[in-house]
Amino acid sequence: MPEDDKKRAAHRALVDRILNGAGQATAGQRARAFGNDGLAPPLDVLIGKVATSPAQLTEADFAAARAAGCTEDQLFELVVCAAVGRSSRLYEAGLAALAEATGGA
Amino acid sequence: MRLEILNHGYRPGTKLLFAIIKLVTRQPVPDAARLVFYRPDFYGARAKEFTHEAMRGPSAWSVADRELMAAYVSAVNENAFCVGAHTATASQAYQDAPKVAAVLADLETAPVEEPLRATLRMLGTLTAEGSVSAADMRAVLAAGTSPQQVGDALAVCAAFDTTNRLADAFGFEVLSPEGFEAGAKYLLNRGYR
Repeated sequence: MPEDDKKRAAHRALVDRILNGAGQATAGQRARAFGNDGLAPPLDVLIGKVATSPAQLTEADFAAARAAGCTEDQLFELVVCAAVGRSSRLYEAGLAALAEATGGA
Repeated sequence: MRLEILNHGYRPGTKLLFAIIKLVTRQPVPDAARLVFYRPDFYGARAKEFTHEAMRGPSAWSVADRELMAAYVSAVNENAFCVGAHTATASQAYQDAPKVAAVLADLETAPVEEPLRATLRMLGTLTAEGSVSAADMRAVLAAGTSPQQVGDALAVCAAFDTTNRLADAFGFEVLSPEGFEAGAKYLLNRGYR
Protein backbone atom coordinates (compact mmCIF):
# COMPACT_ATOMS: atom_id res chain seq x y z
CA MET A 1 0.00 0.00 0.00
CA PRO A 2 1.38 3.44 -0.84
CA GLU A 3 2.76 5.09 2.29
CA ASP A 4 1.16 8.37 1.50
CA ASP A 5 -2.22 7.66 -0.03
CA LYS A 6 -4.74 10.49 -0.25
CA LYS A 7 -7.10 8.95 2.29
CA ARG A 8 -4.43 8.91 4.97
CA ALA A 9 -3.30 12.41 4.03
CA ALA A 10 -6.88 13.74 4.35
CA HIS A 11 -7.20 12.04 7.72
CA ARG A 12 -3.93 13.52 8.94
CA ALA A 13 -5.09 17.00 7.85
CA LEU A 14 -8.25 16.62 9.96
CA VAL A 15 -6.31 15.44 13.01
CA ASP A 16 -3.73 18.20 12.63
CA ARG A 17 -6.43 20.90 12.39
CA ILE A 18 -8.43 19.90 15.43
CA LEU A 19 -5.36 19.42 17.62
CA ASN A 20 -3.03 22.17 16.45
CA GLY A 21 -5.21 24.84 14.84
CA ALA A 22 -7.02 27.69 16.58
CA GLY A 23 -9.71 26.70 19.03
CA GLN A 24 -11.66 27.87 22.04
CA ALA A 25 -10.56 24.92 24.16
CA THR A 26 -6.84 24.93 24.88
CA ALA A 27 -4.58 22.74 22.75
CA GLY A 28 -3.78 20.79 25.93
CA GLN A 29 -7.46 20.07 26.60
CA ARG A 30 -8.02 19.06 22.98
CA ALA A 31 -5.06 16.68 23.11
CA ARG A 32 -6.35 15.13 26.34
CA ALA A 33 -9.83 14.70 24.83
CA PHE A 34 -8.29 13.16 21.69
CA GLY A 35 -6.35 10.66 23.82
CA ASN A 36 -9.20 10.20 26.35
CA ASP A 37 -6.55 10.64 28.99
CA GLY A 38 -5.92 13.11 31.77
CA LEU A 39 -9.03 15.35 31.74
CA ALA A 40 -10.35 16.54 35.08
CA PRO A 41 -13.91 15.78 36.30
CA PRO A 42 -16.57 16.21 35.06
CA LEU A 43 -15.12 16.38 31.54
CA ASP A 44 -13.40 13.02 32.01
CA VAL A 45 -16.81 11.32 32.22
CA LEU A 46 -18.26 13.07 29.17
CA ILE A 47 -15.19 12.49 27.01
CA GLY A 48 -14.75 8.95 28.28
CA LYS A 49 -18.27 8.12 27.12
CA VAL A 50 -17.66 9.64 23.67
CA ALA A 51 -14.62 7.41 23.30
CA THR A 52 -16.01 4.19 24.75
CA SER A 53 -19.81 4.18 25.06
CA PRO A 54 -21.37 7.18 23.29
CA ALA A 55 -24.91 5.77 23.44
CA GLN A 56 -24.76 6.19 27.22
CA LEU A 57 -24.20 9.95 27.06
CA THR A 58 -26.98 11.98 28.63
CA GLU A 59 -28.04 15.58 28.94
CA ALA A 60 -26.71 15.42 32.50
CA ASP A 61 -23.16 14.79 31.24
CA PHE A 62 -23.33 17.99 29.17
CA ALA A 63 -25.02 19.90 32.00
CA ALA A 64 -22.24 18.94 34.41
CA ALA A 65 -19.60 20.13 31.95
CA ARG A 66 -21.43 23.44 31.43
CA ALA A 67 -21.77 23.89 35.20
CA ALA A 68 -18.01 23.41 35.50
CA GLY A 69 -17.52 26.41 33.19
CA CYS A 70 -17.21 24.87 29.72
CA THR A 71 -18.78 26.84 26.90
CA GLU A 72 -20.79 25.16 24.15
CA ASP A 73 -18.02 25.81 21.64
CA GLN A 74 -15.45 24.25 23.92
CA LEU A 75 -17.68 21.19 24.34
CA PHE A 76 -18.18 20.98 20.57
CA GLU A 77 -14.42 20.96 20.06
CA LEU A 78 -13.66 18.47 22.82
CA VAL A 79 -16.36 16.00 21.72
CA VAL A 80 -15.05 16.20 18.13
CA CYS A 81 -11.50 15.59 19.37
CA ALA A 82 -12.61 12.58 21.44
CA ALA A 83 -14.48 11.01 18.51
CA VAL A 84 -11.71 11.60 16.00
CA GLY A 85 -9.16 10.41 18.54
CA ARG A 86 -10.87 7.09 19.08
CA SER A 87 -11.35 6.42 15.38
CA SER A 88 -7.74 7.44 14.71
CA ARG A 89 -6.61 4.73 17.11
CA LEU A 90 -8.75 2.23 15.19
CA TYR A 91 -7.26 3.36 11.89
CA GLU A 92 -3.70 3.11 13.20
CA ALA A 93 -4.31 -0.28 14.83
CA GLY A 94 -5.73 -1.62 11.57
CA LEU A 95 -2.88 -0.25 9.46
CA ALA A 96 -0.29 -1.65 11.93
CA ALA A 97 -1.87 -5.12 11.79
CA LEU A 98 -1.95 -4.90 7.98
CA ALA A 99 1.73 -3.91 7.87
CA GLU A 100 2.59 -6.82 10.14
CA ALA A 101 0.55 -9.25 8.02
CA THR A 102 2.23 -8.12 4.81
CA GLY A 103 5.71 -8.15 6.32
CA GLY A 104 5.99 -4.39 6.26
CA ALA A 105 6.40 -3.97 10.02
CA MET B 1 -29.13 18.31 18.99
CA ARG B 2 -27.73 18.47 22.50
CA LEU B 3 -25.66 21.61 21.95
CA GLU B 4 -27.73 24.72 21.31
CA ILE B 5 -25.05 26.06 18.94
CA LEU B 6 -25.71 23.05 16.68
CA ASN B 7 -29.40 23.90 16.56
CA HIS B 8 -29.25 27.66 16.19
CA GLY B 9 -25.64 28.81 15.92
CA TYR B 10 -25.32 29.01 12.14
CA ARG B 11 -24.50 32.04 10.02
CA PRO B 12 -27.36 33.71 8.09
CA GLY B 13 -26.13 32.31 4.75
CA THR B 14 -26.05 28.79 6.18
CA LYS B 15 -29.55 29.18 7.65
CA LEU B 16 -30.77 30.29 4.22
CA LEU B 17 -29.13 27.26 2.62
CA PHE B 18 -30.84 24.94 5.14
CA ALA B 19 -34.19 26.57 4.30
CA ILE B 20 -33.63 26.07 0.56
CA ILE B 21 -32.62 22.41 1.05
CA LYS B 22 -35.75 21.83 3.11
CA LEU B 23 -37.90 23.50 0.47
CA VAL B 24 -36.40 21.53 -2.42
CA THR B 25 -36.17 18.10 -0.77
CA ARG B 26 -39.31 18.50 1.39
CA GLN B 27 -37.25 16.88 4.16
CA PRO B 28 -35.47 18.42 7.15
CA VAL B 29 -31.70 18.87 6.73
CA PRO B 30 -30.18 15.79 8.41
CA ASP B 31 -28.22 16.51 11.57
CA ALA B 32 -25.14 14.88 10.00
CA ALA B 33 -25.23 17.57 7.33
CA ARG B 34 -25.94 20.36 9.81
CA LEU B 35 -22.97 19.35 11.96
CA VAL B 36 -20.42 19.84 9.18
CA PHE B 37 -21.75 23.36 8.56
CA TYR B 38 -21.03 24.44 12.14
CA ARG B 39 -17.65 26.21 12.28
CA PRO B 40 -16.52 24.25 9.21
CA ASP B 41 -12.98 25.47 9.58
CA PHE B 42 -12.67 23.49 12.83
CA TYR B 43 -14.16 20.15 11.80
CA GLY B 44 -16.57 20.07 8.86
CA ALA B 45 -14.35 21.09 5.95
CA ARG B 46 -11.64 18.51 6.61
CA ALA B 47 -14.07 15.86 7.82
CA LYS B 48 -16.00 16.15 4.55
CA GLU B 49 -12.78 15.94 2.55
CA PHE B 50 -11.63 12.80 4.38
CA THR B 51 -15.04 11.14 4.21
CA HIS B 52 -15.42 11.94 0.53
CA GLU B 53 -11.98 10.55 -0.23
CA ALA B 54 -12.76 7.36 1.72
CA MET B 55 -16.23 6.89 0.20
CA ARG B 56 -15.87 8.26 -3.32
CA GLY B 57 -12.11 8.48 -3.97
CA PRO B 58 -10.29 5.93 -6.15
CA SER B 59 -10.66 2.39 -4.79
CA ALA B 60 -11.06 -1.18 -6.02
CA TRP B 61 -14.17 -1.28 -3.79
CA SER B 62 -17.35 -0.03 -5.41
CA VAL B 63 -19.29 2.88 -3.93
CA ALA B 64 -21.96 0.36 -2.93
CA ASP B 65 -19.41 -1.83 -1.11
CA ARG B 66 -18.10 1.18 0.81
CA GLU B 67 -21.61 2.32 1.75
CA LEU B 68 -22.25 -1.21 3.01
CA MET B 69 -19.07 -1.01 5.12
CA ALA B 70 -20.33 2.29 6.56
CA ALA B 71 -23.67 0.66 7.42
CA TYR B 72 -21.93 -2.37 8.91
CA VAL B 73 -19.55 -0.36 11.14
CA SER B 74 -22.52 1.74 12.26
CA ALA B 75 -24.48 -1.43 13.10
CA VAL B 76 -21.60 -2.72 15.22
CA ASN B 77 -21.60 0.65 17.00
CA GLU B 78 -25.40 0.40 17.29
CA ASN B 79 -25.90 3.87 15.86
CA ALA B 80 -29.44 4.11 14.50
CA PHE B 81 -28.95 7.33 12.51
CA CYS B 82 -25.95 6.07 10.54
CA VAL B 83 -27.38 2.56 10.09
CA GLY B 84 -30.51 4.13 8.59
CA ALA B 85 -28.58 6.54 6.38
CA HIS B 86 -26.08 4.04 4.98
CA THR B 87 -28.46 1.11 4.71
CA ALA B 88 -30.55 3.33 2.46
CA THR B 89 -27.49 4.51 0.50
CA ALA B 90 -25.99 1.03 0.07
CA SER B 91 -29.40 -0.36 -0.93
CA GLN B 92 -29.82 2.30 -3.62
CA ALA B 93 -26.22 1.89 -4.81
CA TYR B 94 -26.51 -1.89 -5.20
CA GLN B 95 -30.16 -1.61 -6.25
CA ASP B 96 -30.50 -4.58 -3.91
CA ALA B 97 -31.99 -3.82 -0.49
CA PRO B 98 -32.34 -7.52 0.47
CA LYS B 99 -28.58 -8.02 0.07
CA VAL B 100 -27.82 -5.15 2.45
CA ALA B 101 -30.41 -6.38 4.95
CA ALA B 102 -28.93 -9.88 4.79
CA VAL B 103 -25.43 -8.61 5.59
CA LEU B 104 -26.69 -6.64 8.58
CA ALA B 105 -28.78 -9.59 9.80
CA ASP B 106 -26.07 -12.28 9.44
CA LEU B 107 -22.80 -11.57 7.70
CA GLU B 108 -21.78 -15.24 7.58
CA THR B 109 -24.75 -16.37 5.49
CA ALA B 110 -25.26 -13.20 3.41
CA PRO B 111 -24.90 -13.41 -0.39
CA VAL B 112 -21.64 -11.44 -0.78
CA GLU B 113 -18.23 -12.26 -2.25
CA GLU B 114 -15.65 -13.65 0.16
CA PRO B 115 -13.24 -10.69 0.04
CA LEU B 116 -16.04 -8.36 1.11
CA ARG B 117 -17.32 -10.76 3.77
CA ALA B 118 -13.81 -11.19 5.25
CA THR B 119 -13.23 -7.43 5.19
CA LEU B 120 -16.53 -6.68 6.94
CA ARG B 121 -15.73 -9.33 9.55
CA MET B 122 -12.38 -7.67 10.25
CA LEU B 123 -13.97 -4.19 10.43
CA GLY B 124 -16.49 -5.57 12.91
CA THR B 125 -13.74 -6.92 15.15
CA LEU B 126 -11.75 -3.69 14.95
CA THR B 127 -14.79 -1.52 15.70
CA ALA B 128 -16.03 -3.65 18.58
CA GLU B 129 -12.70 -4.45 20.21
CA GLY B 130 -10.49 -1.54 19.18
CA SER B 131 -7.84 -3.81 17.72
CA VAL B 132 -7.22 -6.57 15.19
CA SER B 133 -4.35 -9.03 14.96
CA ALA B 134 -1.99 -9.72 12.09
CA ALA B 135 -3.68 -13.15 11.89
CA ASP B 136 -7.05 -11.39 11.38
CA MET B 137 -5.48 -9.40 8.54
CA ARG B 138 -3.88 -12.48 6.98
CA ALA B 139 -7.34 -14.08 6.88
CA VAL B 140 -8.69 -11.05 4.98
CA LEU B 141 -5.80 -11.17 2.51
CA ALA B 142 -6.19 -14.96 2.10
CA ALA B 143 -9.83 -14.36 1.09
CA GLY B 144 -8.55 -12.44 -1.92
CA THR B 145 -8.59 -8.83 -0.65
CA SER B 146 -5.59 -6.75 -1.71
CA PRO B 147 -3.58 -4.79 0.90
CA GLN B 148 -4.73 -1.57 -0.78
CA GLN B 149 -8.36 -2.63 -0.41
CA VAL B 150 -7.79 -3.34 3.28
CA GLY B 151 -6.32 0.14 3.71
CA ASP B 152 -9.28 1.66 1.87
CA ALA B 153 -11.73 -0.23 4.09
CA LEU B 154 -9.91 1.00 7.20
CA ALA B 155 -10.41 4.58 6.01
CA VAL B 156 -14.18 3.96 5.72
CA CYS B 157 -14.16 2.50 9.21
CA ALA B 158 -12.32 5.52 10.64
CA ALA B 159 -14.68 7.98 8.96
CA PHE B 160 -17.83 6.26 10.20
CA ASP B 161 -16.63 5.38 13.66
CA THR B 162 -16.14 9.14 14.09
CA THR B 163 -19.59 10.00 12.74
CA ASN B 164 -21.25 7.27 14.85
CA ARG B 165 -19.76 8.76 18.00
CA LEU B 166 -20.72 12.31 17.09
CA ALA B 167 -24.26 11.17 16.23
CA ASP B 168 -24.67 9.61 19.67
CA ALA B 169 -22.91 12.40 21.53
CA PHE B 170 -24.77 15.28 19.90
CA GLY B 171 -28.04 13.36 19.62
CA PHE B 172 -28.74 13.24 15.88
CA GLU B 173 -32.45 12.92 15.19
CA VAL B 174 -33.30 9.69 13.35
CA LEU B 175 -35.06 10.49 10.07
CA SER B 176 -38.17 8.98 8.55
CA PRO B 177 -37.63 6.30 5.86
CA GLU B 178 -38.40 9.01 3.27
CA GLY B 179 -35.79 11.27 4.85
CA PHE B 180 -33.13 8.55 4.68
CA GLU B 181 -34.04 7.76 1.06
CA ALA B 182 -33.73 11.45 0.11
CA GLY B 183 -30.37 11.65 1.90
CA ALA B 184 -29.15 8.51 0.15
CA LYS B 185 -30.05 9.94 -3.24
CA TYR B 186 -28.10 13.09 -2.42
CA LEU B 187 -25.04 11.14 -1.24
CA LEU B 188 -25.00 9.04 -4.41
CA ASN B 189 -25.37 12.10 -6.66
CA ARG B 190 -23.07 14.47 -4.84
CA GLY B 191 -20.89 12.54 -2.41
CA TYR B 192 -19.73 13.96 0.89
CA ARG B 193 -18.07 17.24 -0.11
